[in-house]
Amino acid sequence: MEKILQEKYVQLENVNMTFFTKKGTFEALKNVNFSIQEGEFISIIGHSGCGKSTVLNLIAGLLQPTSGNLFCAGREIAGPGPERAVVFQNHSLLPWLTCSENVYLAVERVFSASETKIQLKKRTQAAIELVGLAHAADKRPNEISGGMKQRVGIARALAMEPKVLLLDEPFGALDALTRAHLQDELMAIMAKSGCTAVMVTHDVDEAVLLSDRIVMMTNGPAATIGEMLDVELARPRERLELAEDSHYNHLRSEVLKFLYERHARKAA
Amino acid sequence: MSAIGISKEDIKTIMNSEQTTAQPGAAPKLVTAARPSAVALKTRIFFQWLLPPMFGLLLLGAIWTLISHQSPNLPGPVSTWHSAVELFSDPFYNNSPNDQGIGWNIAASLERVGMGFGLAALIGIPLGFIIGRFQFMSRMAAPIIGLLRPVSPLAWLPIGLLVFKAADPAAIWVIFISAIWPMIINTAVGVSKVPQDYMNVAKVLNLSEWKIVTKILFPFVLPYMMTGVRLSIGVAWLVIVAAEMLTGGVGIGFWVWDEWNNLNVEHIIIAIFVVGIVGLLLELALTSLARQFSYE
Repeated sequence: MEKILQEKYVQLENVNMTFFTKKGTFEALKNVNFSIQEGEFISIIGHSGCGKSTVLNLIAGLLQPTSGNLFCAGREIAGPGPERAVVFQNHSLLPWLTCSENVYLAVERVFSASETKIQLKKRTQAAIELVGLAHAADKRPNEISGGMKQRVGIARALAMEPKVLLLDEPFGALDALTRAHLQDELMAIMAKSGCTAVMVTHDVDEAVLLSDRIVMMTNGPAATIGEMLDVELARPRERLELAEDSHYNHLRSEVLKFLYERHARKAA
Repeated sequence: MSAIGISKEDIKTIMNSEQTTAQPGAAPKLVTAARPSAVALKTRIFFQWLLPPMFGLLLLGAIWTLISHQSPNLPGPVSTWHSAVELFSDPFYNNSPNDQGIGWNIAASLERVGMGFGLAALIGIPLGFIIGRFQFMSRMAAPIIGLLRPVSPLAWLPIGLLVFKAADPAAIWVIFISAIWPMIINTAVGVSKVPQDYMNVAKVLNLSEWKIVTKILFPFVLPYMMTGVRLSIGVAWLVIVAAEMLTGGVGIGFWVWDEWNNLNVEHIIIAIFVVGIVGLLLELALTSLARQFSYE
């Protein structure tokens, strides 16, 4: 049974963001407009400091826009909520809790009103198994590798059964091999769950490989959406096959041209 | 970097990882080289960790002996030792309220410190949490703490005597007021240092204030809090001697004063050692307790 997917599941309308600091005001975002379809995987790419994480934090509800409106599933985003789960760049696991306790904290918050403790524990276990960490469930974050920590972060976010998954440079701190491995796993998980996702990244390959659409941002201050690129590659995607795919390479060079020709960053 | 295939950098990491896996092969050599010297290890521990403190203590004894030879009123280590053996042979006698064994005196002092310190912890730690969590409270408390903290503990004694109209509660009050500051300040600093990442997690998960306190703030602040507790007990033990000298009764501080009036200088020196050793033991006990609570 095919569910009718909403065209504008997440919507940003004329969003402006100005930070007021001790040194004065800083206009981070100006007139940001875009919408995300239900079930779509979106990447936001741009040079560092262009405000792409700010966009994500606005959708997460961690920041409030100076002006403009944000909607998720037809409702205005007023603050953080469990229907918009975040995978943080530095995993942000609580070091005094084990992996499964970290996940349980999220599960408990979302489902404890309607489910028994046994059901909550089952959910936790299922999420840990989904990311292949059953053997490390009772370990503390400082006992496992960076890649495993990030998996727990993903498990914690997915266990909440969010409507939208927000990923803030989720693999930025990992080495190239672990990153590739986790990207493949994320693709498989997303195919299974079918949830909407927004990922902030500065990795061109990652953006093209994972996304349905790439939002490219201009340089700050007063950054905005520069261009959008549809990634019409069939799923499931295989990184080795795509490496020789001409359309893949075309898309990749489109992003590169945007980043290094049309919006090259001035030498710092 | 090539599309999604393996790049030069990746090959480098693989090469490096091979190098690192090759290293354990070299390691046994080191282990076998170190193994015959188990005796050497023991002698090294002796020379590095036991000998220097022993030298230090010997030096202290030597200086003490030297001074006692110059000043005939100051007893040397030997006569102090004999006096200590006699004193500790019967630590728990009880002749009269003003003539009790050294054990009772130490116990009485520890009890006062425990009471004053316990009350300070009971009030200071929650206060520190509130001050650290809410900026308004922090700004409100800043002038009070700034004004009262530098005051010498003994300056509070007359206030205590006036309010409680008895010596014992006044001494406990002095301990309380001098022990509370490190606990308030360290707890508050800990709370204010909770990483924004953890608070963002709390926000995204929509955790209740109770969950934030028990699952995030408390575990994070615990090491800071334990530092405050350790500093506090140190201060409390420092202050008790002086407070008891003034208030009298049973206690190590009053005992020192009593022995001064009896001109029993050996006992005063013994008291100094006793105060030092008890303070050291308190510190050690709290340090090991803090280690138990550390999540790292």
